[in-house]
Amino acid sequence: MSDPQPIAAQFAPDAHALDGNAVGGLLAELFGTDVTGADCGCAHCGNVGPLGTLRVYVAAGIVLRCSACSGLVMRVMTRSDGSHLLDARGAAFIRR
Amino acid sequence: MALAWQLATVVGIRLETPHVKSYALELPAWPGHRAGQHVDLRLTAEDGYQAQRSYSIASAPTGAPRVELTVERVKEGEVSPFLHDVVVVGDTFEARGPIGGYFVWEPDATAPLVLVAGGSGIVPLMAMLRHRATVGANAPATLLYSSRTASDVIYGAELDALATRGDGLRVVQTLTRQQPPGWSGYRRRIDRAMLAEVLAGAGENAAQAFVCGPTPLVEVVAQGLVGLGVPAQRVKTERFGPSGG
Repeated sequence: MSDPQPIAAQFAPDAHALDGNAVGGLLAELFGTDVTGADCGCAHCGNVGPLGTLRVYVAAGIVLRCSACSGLVMRVMTRSDGSHLLDARGAAFIRR
Repeated sequence: MALAWQLATVVGIRLETPHVKSYALELPAWPGHRAGQHVDLRLTAEDGYQAQRSYSIASAPTGAPRVELTVERVKEGEVSPFLHDVVVVGDTFEARGPIGGYFVWEPDATAPLVLVAGGSGIVPLMAMLRHRATVGANAPATLLYSSRTASDVIYGAELDALATRGDGLRVVQTLTRQQPPGWSGYRRRIDRAMLAEVLAGAGENAAQAFVCGPTPLVEVVAQGLVGLGVPAQRVKTERFGPSGG
């Protein structure tokens, strides 16, 4: 499986999802600027839409899933020293 | 850098409802915001423990280095009880923003505006309505606002005042749990039939919609609006869920 199911997703039904907007501050730390309005292509289904429309699940890390196919687009883990690890293998591209 | 943390000073606190307060913050390096954006707040305890939350901006852009946030006290929450019970005028904490380039209303928009809010989901939509009034926009606008009881309605008097300006704004409310005597609004949760009634003739095919509230409400409303003919890409949503508080 190329799309591992993080624990966050298993225990977070859609009723608990947030929008990408909610983690705009965190994404700005990673990208250096606000990217919630930037288009992101899903590597799984090809859907294209603003990062602000991704489904966000908050657990030990932040998980962003495609709003069309629920595929894993990005994961952000924050380490104990405050640095972040971004796994964006589910993003085909980001355009802004 | 616009998104660096800065020290915000509380310059005013107003009780909106028994569970909701508004906080006016002064931010020395505030670059200005657009209606619909939010700020991150970060509180640091004496032992170094940090808690961070995102709060929608309620105030219209003014050009002043100042924003107003409206915060609901979430039981079992970590940050909102602190804001409600401990913070007083003159206190400081860290803030960064504005954040969000997607859930944003631009005042030059001419599309009919459709706003749907549940509970404190009214906050970013209020920034849009305040901004709309400030700039004198008069494209048709409809707000459908769901609260539990009359005493839970945030900005009630201000909404009444905005709706009587004669600038094309219509405010429709529903009270889901308890209604005062003589209540003429809706008495149930927002559903597809209610959306259809409220939006009939509101130019839904050309509308720009913003929906903010608890996730289940947002799901129902977003699907309902698309079902009524609002193009999906013109339905912008902001869900708030368990990470709040």
